Amino acid sequence: MLKHKVAGLFEEPACASNRAKSESEKKKGCAARQLVPGAAAGGCAFDGAMIALQPITDAAHLVHGPIACSGNSWDNRHAASSGPLLYRIGLTTDLSDLDVIHGGEKKLFKAIREVIERHDPPAVFVYQTCVPGLIGDDIETVCRHAALRFGKPVIPVNAPGFVGGKNLGNRLGGEALLDHVIGSVEPDDAGPCDINILGEYNLAGELWQVKPLFERLGIRVRACITGDARYADVAAAHRARANMMVCSQALISLARKMEERWGIPYFEGSFYGISDTSDALRAMAGLLVRQGASSDLLVLAEDLIAAEEERAWERLAPFRERLRGKRVLLYTGGVKSWSVVSALQEVGMVVVGTSVRKSTEADKERVRSVMGEDANMFDAIPPREMYRMLKDGEADIMLSGGRTQFIALKARVPWLDINQERHYAYAGYDGMVELVRRIDLELASPVWAAIRQPAPWEN
Amino acid sequence: MARIVHSGKACSTNPLKHSAPLGGALAFMGLDGCMPLLHGSQGCTAFALVLMVRHYRESIPLQTTAMNEVTTVLGGLDNLEQALVNIRERAHPKVIGILTTGLTETRGEDFPGDLRIIRERRPELADTALVLASTPDFSGGLQEGWGKAVTAMIHQLVEAPALGRDPEQVNVLAPSHFTPGDVEEVKDIVEAFGLRPVMLPDLSLSLDGHVPERWVGATLGGTSLEDIRGMGRSILTLTVGEHMRWAAEALKRKTGVPYRLFDGLTGLRASDALISALAEASGRPVPERLRRQRSRLVDAMLDGHFAFSGRRAAVAAEPDHLLALGSWLAEMGVGMTAAITTVHLPMLARVPADEVVVGDLGDLEARAGGCDLLLTHAHGRQASERLGIPLFRVGFPIFDRLGAAHQVGVGYRGTCRLIFEIANILTERSETHAAPAAR
Repeated sequence: MLKHKVAGLFEEPACASNRAKSESEKKKGCAARQLVPGAAAGGCAFDGAMIALQPITDAAHLVHGPIACSGNSWDNRHAASSGPLLYRIGLTTDLSDLDVIHGGEKKLFKAIREVIERHDPPAVFVYQTCVPGLIGDDIETVCRHAALRFGKPVIPVNAPGFVGGKNLGNRLGGEALLDHVIGSVEPDDAGPCDINILGEYNLAGELWQVKPLFERLGIRVRACITGDARYADVAAAHRARANMMVCSQALISLARKMEERWGIPYFEGSFYGISDTSDALRAMAGLLVRQGASSDLLVLAEDLIAAEEERAWERLAPFRERLRGKRVLLYTGGVKSWSVVSALQEVGMVVVGTSVRKSTEADKERVRSVMGEDANMFDAIPPREMYRMLKDGEADIMLSGGRTQFIALKARVPWLDINQERHYAYAGYDGMVELVRRIDLELASPVWAAIRQPAPWEN
Repeated sequence: MARIVHSGKACSTNPLKHSAPLGGALAFMGLDGCMPLLHGSQGCTAFALVLMVRHYRESIPLQTTAMNEVTTVLGGLDNLEQALVNIRERAHPKVIGILTTGLTETRGEDFPGDLRIIRERRPELADTALVLASTPDFSGGLQEGWGKAVTAMIHQLVEAPALGRDPEQVNVLAPSHFTPGDVEEVKDIVEAFGLRPVMLPDLSLSLDGHVPERWVGATLGGTSLEDIRGMGRSILTLTVGEHMRWAAEALKRKTGVPYRLFDGLTGLRASDALISALAEASGRPVPERLRRQRSRLVDAMLDGHFAFSGRRAAVAAEPDHLLALGSWLAEMGVGMTAAITTVHLPMLARVPADEVVVGDLGDLEARAGGCDLLLTHAHGRQASERLGIPLFRVGFPIFDRLGAAHQVGVGYRGTCRLIFEIANILTERSETHAAPAAR
């Protein structure tokens, strides 16, 4: 059954990379690059499912597996909550060797009971992992029984690590929402300007940089799936009038199926960069008007965009002088590279290279249109080569994720975190200003001059 | 004698424990030119790696055999072979430390047999030492994985001595709860007696946070293979914690080197025991420098005991770390209201508390009410916030404070530091909560 689910996700017709593939390529699935033993990096499907669902802040998230899966990973992200904190509690069946011999289903059932008795959450998400998957623990049946017995939604998330990578796990998380959650609660307050945002996890509070923009247009974010989400809001998400899908392909199947099932149209957009934020607001207003909202919304949106863009450029102006000509190496998978590229160029920085590891052909085309035909696009840079580039001074600053942080720092080159462990929020107009401010601060730090100086006795 | 009880829950709430393969990988981080390899799904490696990166703030060399559903069912020989060959080609390590995981152990393969086949098929691996440790996730935690990895290193790398003993060489088997700073402190103490310590593993050369002048794909430093092979020439092995007994025993059986096992090296009495053992082994008087350090610790205890007396602490740590910390707290007059640990072991009876609970940070939180201080790893921050009790971060991981690798908590100097830091926390607390109404 899981096999069928995975195969179905690989055939996703709405996915741009998929459409570009031949029939035989499609069969191989989109583990994109087959993992190479001894040269692989990245999280597993379970990790991906947790990323997609754990930001539902008032739900309990119970990991069925040995200690590695939860013990090594709980409370490790900065998906922020404006209220409940239950999602930050690490819950696991911590399977022992005896459980592996006897099977873990009874222990799981007991664990669900304990969680409900102790925390009384609106729902419990139960995550399958490799070891119980291998010994045949049937979490779907256990969850069904528990839901009946305790009168609460208990949702199986069948994404054990060995089925694939993080991206597949994101999708399987989305499937769990479709199968068990979305549409299970009827809201009594549905309005013509209700929307959902898919694939935004409120890392470092980024949702809060864009939500007010929508609110100023009278648009209500019914559910963010799943940043700062409440279970009941996600359950009622099928009554929204439009969906925006952020973070490219991860939840595209969810978006398409919501359109099929409940007639909610969607568009892909991004909140990174000034023009992208404007495009997203514009697209959302247009979609809502087509769905029956008053056409005044279009005018309102254009007014807001004009005012916000002006305000953002005003705040960026002082940085232009300081950042002109500074060379940036952009190395990231998640953030849509081209939208950040164009924003950095706007303040006069030179993007010497950008990674397009997880980008579609269309994305790459956009990068070329922004950076020119000889755009320096990387798939993956081996660490040794990245170190050499930085050590040789080919960039003034690298923007990347935690994995490559110490390559830059050990090469004594300024670095800024723009991945999921980041502590600062870079979304929307305010976020772009913040990103540029952080780049400026990092480049201007007096430590660089001090630490690049060799010890006095080494001359 | 502490009673050892289990929390009896089916659901671990806010886990204290980390996985055995993570502990094993950490031990291999202390070998020079090493690449640890988890034989499991890519996620096993990713989670362990991210946690180590956050704690040490260093690049962490750690690879995966990238097992998937199909290879798990069919057997992981091919993935293991490919991984070893790829690592050999890309990173040129001197040693590859292979740790099994829950995934590969559930199927239960003949891993040593696999390695023999790979050795035969792949002559290009001839110049790479391969060490295999069996560390299923569902058995034990970080300290057990560390102990198993060090035992495997001894079994598979140490040579029986041909040249007799070196009267100035001493082995030190570092336990899992020693920071790179602790390791360096112990080496320093041993060297003060004119002895040459062979430290296994030696994190002070790899994860001490320094800036090398070139890119290194494997570990930045650590115990050399040559030193490990020659451990049989030492006159004595020193080690700390019951989880290191198997490793010390294995070394003794293989080479005849006797060992001394300490419960901990934190506190006056514990440090005295180490110093006496070294004086005896070296036949030298205790150096003036160490006598002075001892005197300073005595003074620190005099100054600090006012802040400690009558205080209550709640401690959650792996068994041997718990015993070491608890014994030192008892020496300072602090009682343990709650003592929480990860696995059930007979040695826990020696922990100076009425009861030791095999449980998690949820158990710590439930039992810590009314305490003056929490001692556990950084995940204790949630409990600390909710209870309003300050947290002193110890062990692994510490991802929300800088300098975890440099904290020293052993020997006279390390104990002094602990006394000052904790006394300051307790004093600040009693000053800010001085009004009787608020207490």
